[in-house]
Amino acid sequence: MKAKIHVTLKSGVLDPQGKAVEQALGSLGFAGVSGVRQGKYIELDLDETDRAKAQANVEKMCEKLLANTVIENYSIDFAET
Amino acid sequence: MKAAVIVFPGSNCDRDVQVGLRQSMGSEPLMVWHRDAHFAQVDLIVVPGGFSYGDYLRSGALASLSPVMGEVKARADKGVPVLGICNGFQVLTECGLLLGVLMRNAGLKFVCRDVYLQVETTDSVFTGAYGKDAVIRIPIGHHDGNFFADENTLKRLRDEDCIAFRYVNADGSRGNGANPNGSLDDIAGILNDKRNVLGLMPHPERLSDPSLGGNDGRLMFDGLVQALG
Repeated sequence: MKAKIHVTLKSGVLDPQGKAVEQALGSLGFAGVSGVRQGKYIELDLDETDRAKAQANVEKMCEKLLANTVIENYSIDFAET
Repeated sequence: MKAAVIVFPGSNCDRDVQVGLRQSMGSEPLMVWHRDAHFAQVDLIVVPGGFSYGDYLRSGALASLSPVMGEVKARADKGVPVLGICNGFQVLTECGLLLGVLMRNAGLKFVCRDVYLQVETTDSVFTGAYGKDAVIRIPIGHHDGNFFADENTLKRLRDEDCIAFRYVNADGSRGNGANPNGSLDDIAGILNDKRNVLGLMPHPERLSDPSLGGNDGRLMFDGLVQALG
């Protein structure tokens, strides 16, 4: 199965890149846009077929490498391949 | 004193540190490739600046998991002094030897210039040769130097005298653009609670010889030689 992982900055952590994107959108004429936050999207294929085991395993990957939990949150979705 | 400099693919200040150490030590530091988990016992380990593993995923994230860093962590836990400069600082936060994290500079630009630092504590082998509150000039060159930690961590760093250097103006005052990267509390460098691990964004090795335009960085290496014999 495929794991789809979103890594985002925790709320309260300043995101200067998101701010810059927000300003750029404004200068392009897109009005009414706020709260732009930039993150990462990671996809990976797993041999594991058991959903619960896959969930536990990917959580470990996020804790150990894919996210820096001092400043980042992560969310995991699965899709059958 | 015996010293080791860790070399990752993408390190680019390893040889500058080598020259700086050689000058103060009068002998050759050991250069240790990132795959070498076994290397001779040394009195000081330096994790140098650069772009280890191309800064992939996050600055320092992949280097923190390399074979050599397991050994560096084990030795740091036993009390061996470890100095992380710039990317080395990022590696040390990623591997948990230091608190907090280095985020993208608030201005989003790579900043390369001399900055002034106030020496906030002399209670470490790294900073003992400087005067308390001394203002020194050291170059920076980084994209991800914006130190961040949560409120409790910051309080802990302050309470335990673990803030080693702050960005200041030439006269020692704070504010007014002295902070080049948006770093929390103007923090440029921190110690761990046992005071044997220092991480800092500025590069002392880049001003450690008068022919480079300044000598303020040399005192760190001279002080280490003095403290560690």
